[in-house]
Amino acid sequence: MLYDVIIIGAGVTGSAVARELSRYKLNVCVLEKEEDVCCGTSKANSAIVHAGFDAAPGSLMARFNVRGNEMMGDLAKDLDIPFKRNGAMVVCIHESEKDGLQDLYDRGIANGVKELKILNREECLEMEPNLSDKVVAALYAPTSGIICPFMLNIAMAENANVNGVDFFFNTKVEKLTPDTCKKCGQPIWKIRTNNGEYKTRYVINAAGVYADYFHNMVSEKKIHITPRRGDYCLLDKTVGNHVSHTIFPQPTKLGKGVLVSPTIHGNLIVGPTAVDIENKEGNNTTAAGIADLIAKAGDHVRNLPIRQVITSFAGLRAHEDGHEFILGEVEDAPHFIDCAGIESPGLTSSPAIGEYIGQMMKEKMGLEEKEDWIGTRKGILNPADLSIEERNELIKKNPAYGRIICRCESVTEGEIIDAIHRPLGARSLDGVKRRTRAGMGRCQAGFCSPRTMEIINRELGLPFTEITKSGGDSKLVIERTKGVEA
Amino acid sequence: MTSYDIVIVGGGPAGLAAAVSAKKAGTDSILIIERDKELGGILNQCIHNGFGLHTFKEELTGPEYAYRFIQQVYDLGIEYKLDTMVMDISTEKVVTAMNRTDGMFQIKAGAVILAMGCRERPRGALNIPGYRPAGIYSAGTAQRLVNMEGYMPGREVVILGSGDIGLIMARRMTFEGAIVKVVAELMPFSGGLKRNIVQCLDDYGIPLKLSHTVVDIEGKERVSAVTIAEVGPDMKPIPGTEERYTCDTLLLSTGLIPENELSRNAGVSINPVTNGPVVNEILETSIPGVFACGNVLHVHDLVDYVSEEATRAGENAAKYVQNGCKDQDGGKIIQLKATDGARYTVPCTINPERMDDLLTVRFRVGAVFKDSYVSVYFDDERVMHKKKRIMAPGEMEQVILQKKKIDEKPDLKTITIKIEAE
Amino acid sequence: MEKRNLTCIGCPMGCQITVEFEGEEVFSVTGNTCAIGDKYARQEVTHPERTVTSTVVVVGGAKERTSVKTNANIPKDKIFQCMEEINQVRAQAPLKIGDVVIKGVCGTDVDVVVTKNCEIA
Repeated sequence: MLYDVIIIGAGVTGSAVARELSRYKLNVCVLEKEEDVCCGTSKANSAIVHAGFDAAPGSLMARFNVRGNEMMGDLAKDLDIPFKRNGAMVVCIHESEKDGLQDLYDRGIANGVKELKILNREECLEMEPNLSDKVVAALYAPTSGIICPFMLNIAMAENANVNGVDFFFNTKVEKLTPDTCKKCGQPIWKIRTNNGEYKTRYVINAAGVYADYFHNMVSEKKIHITPRRGDYCLLDKTVGNHVSHTIFPQPTKLGKGVLVSPTIHGNLIVGPTAVDIENKEGNNTTAAGIADLIAKAGDHVRNLPIRQVITSFAGLRAHEDGHEFILGEVEDAPHFIDCAGIESPGLTSSPAIGEYIGQMMKEKMGLEEKEDWIGTRKGILNPADLSIEERNELIKKNPAYGRIICRCESVTEGEIIDAIHRPLGARSLDGVKRRTRAGMGRCQAGFCSPRTMEIINRELGLPFTEITKSGGDSKLVIERTKGVEA
Repeated sequence: MTSYDIVIVGGGPAGLAAAVSAKKAGTDSILIIERDKELGGILNQCIHNGFGLHTFKEELTGPEYAYRFIQQVYDLGIEYKLDTMVMDISTEKVVTAMNRTDGMFQIKAGAVILAMGCRERPRGALNIPGYRPAGIYSAGTAQRLVNMEGYMPGREVVILGSGDIGLIMARRMTFEGAIVKVVAELMPFSGGLKRNIVQCLDDYGIPLKLSHTVVDIEGKERVSAVTIAEVGPDMKPIPGTEERYTCDTLLLSTGLIPENELSRNAGVSINPVTNGPVVNEILETSIPGVFACGNVLHVHDLVDYVSEEATRAGENAAKYVQNGCKDQDGGKIIQLKATDGARYTVPCTINPERMDDLLTVRFRVGAVFKDSYVSVYFDDERVMHKKKRIMAPGEMEQVILQKKKIDEKPDLKTITIKIEAE
Repeated sequence: MEKRNLTCIGCPMGCQITVEFEGEEVFSVTGNTCAIGDKYARQEVTHPERTVTSTVVVVGGAKERTSVKTNANIPKDKIFQCMEEINQVRAQAPLKIGDVVIKGVCGTDVDVVVTKNCEIA
């Protein structure tokens, strides 16, 4: 079968593009080397919907950031994604660096960021009593927000899938070969994977830190992407209100610096560091990284309750040498379209990138919209939002909603079953975790993992010894005791 | 709304003993709420022996010890609900709970006994660097998988932390055919019992490395190696002391935390040292009629002491409801303080009018003390001075206060427990 | 003459005890600070014994495993032999605390008994 479009990568960019393309009468599929969507850069980042004052005016980053931010409110509503505009503050703690705030303000205005304001020390402390004593001023951006990055990615992918886009997981692209369609004479691509060969008219390269690898496979105009590792600490919900806005230091060459922010789910996030590495899979945390993080975060926020850390993790940003998004058809590789260098503000920009690529493909291919496209999606029901009466009604209909599996995040069996059986459902512990938050809380799955494994075992008929943390060889148990066959 | 005289949150050793004693003290309307599918709590997975020497004068396994109490709960006809999660306890003692058959329901309780136990400190709280693959378990989760579900988490094991569960699991995994390569302990001493170090590690030639911690975890999908290093007096790893162990499993046994989410939401004051409620001489928290016992109050070393403490909590709760749930405050309050090596005391305050003739005050020390004295001061006057050959953080200590002695000092404000060299 | 170093398990002191012995005969016990240590050391070098606890496979039960123990100590050098026998057990539910699943394990007069009830599925 010849696909019209194959997207490499089911991260937030690939999924956003998939959703936009699902509007049209097209055969589209997504090839993903991991077992689930949202397994790379998209799963480990600051989860901020940036306002857009950082990027250089005129850059693609600036344009897509501002547009993505604009789109996020409606998108979150349509796709039932937890999102809140909590506002961001870029905090200046040295009188001598105040000019930098003004520059940032001017840049924001040039980029089209709305409602920006420079606050004096008193205004800052009134809004955020836990800011450092040294604060002299801040740039305030009310349009900045916090979002669940997993849900954004998952929701767009689910919605694309419901509208006909195929997703093939555990499918690693090995080779791209240009070819010509025997019928129409147009360029096509043959894609060799570990799971057989795919053919397509167009390839969209949304491969995150691997985007240079695929680009360079087909083009003489090489690009280079550096995995830029960022360590994070996630703190307990009891201290989630230590600050209510997203607090940034003033930006440097290496990025926006270490932020302190509430998350959409009520934790406090601190990070990231920025270390350029070689290994595209090197998302390990380091002692030095975490120490650096803790030292830096204390500069702008006082009494940071860092002892309340519940987990630390690292993510890799896909940093392209020119620090700019690369979007569009590759000159010397017809029908090969890059979405490369998607680093921060990539999460924010993803819906806008999807919109742009969708529009571009529409024009290129002369696409027709489907009449029956469904633009909305209902997320996994959160029983905590219901009244006791509504909840009991639900439990009567489906008793699984009466059984708590994850005590820390109060996740019921009903939610986990839904996560498993919905489109592009969860197959692993991490898949369940990203969809329901089971295991995301302060005990970090110590309590719920055996229980969640039981549910996966029952619902998917997967033996315990085949259940993984996150696909591949990440098996949770090795064998049965007493030499019994599993 | 249904109502019960006493609602007990948790059907583990503390909840069971509290229920039995409250019933025996004459209160009939009791409900135990347990989140698991059977009574007994964590004892069900503690299949090793060594429980009950104080209580039953014989060595029992965890499930046998639990069953002694479960049998009494059955015999006394005490009500209990299994597979039921308590979602909230209000200051007015309305308990909100949920299960598959009853849905979400509320109970008005005359008294509440908090008996939720404790949980293990996870990797995240330790900031252990490295990858985040499968194969990293808290020792207790591994214990549940091996002993109750019958699955082996791995074959080659490194253990961080020498708490008793970690030591017990070293032996259990060895029995089931795994190779335990090393146990690393951050502190210069083990928090586990000597007997466990000898019988779970030494017996099988498993090395215990004190003052060591994990500095790296390798393996993208499944753990493939763990590196440990020695730490200096500042608890920071010493460069050059790294040792790498290939393994597929890392077990963590690095401490237990009383599980007080419900207590905190109810407004119960928490002692930052124990992470458990502040309680008075009748094990009552800062909310009148809400009692606490067992590991939710402070982490115990022996289950026998949990049962003993819970028995008192049950009796006191029964007395409270039998007196018409009236706040019996009034009278003077003596503060209990722990200093100079003593970390905390349970209880934190004493009202002499309400105390029994003898009151056991439990505490832990913060370091290993040899040939030192446990001293008790009534304000500035030393009234007790008892030599102990050894005291260690892993073991609970106790002193027994006499009401008679306290009554002799009508102006007494503070009782201080401290460790003295002479 | 054999010399062995032991850690006493009598109390948290954990005295490092040195025992000199040959076969059944103990010549000296040093390093202990009390009588418990002396007694422990003599027993440990001549007749070391342990209780073994584990689980067995349950057939037709509400659970697939239940816990067991040796109802008395067995010689320490028979622990793994004992485990092998325990691993072979397929016990039919229902099972009650105290039910014997192995009579005279490893040729001793010690039985392996159930420590947790298991109902029929």
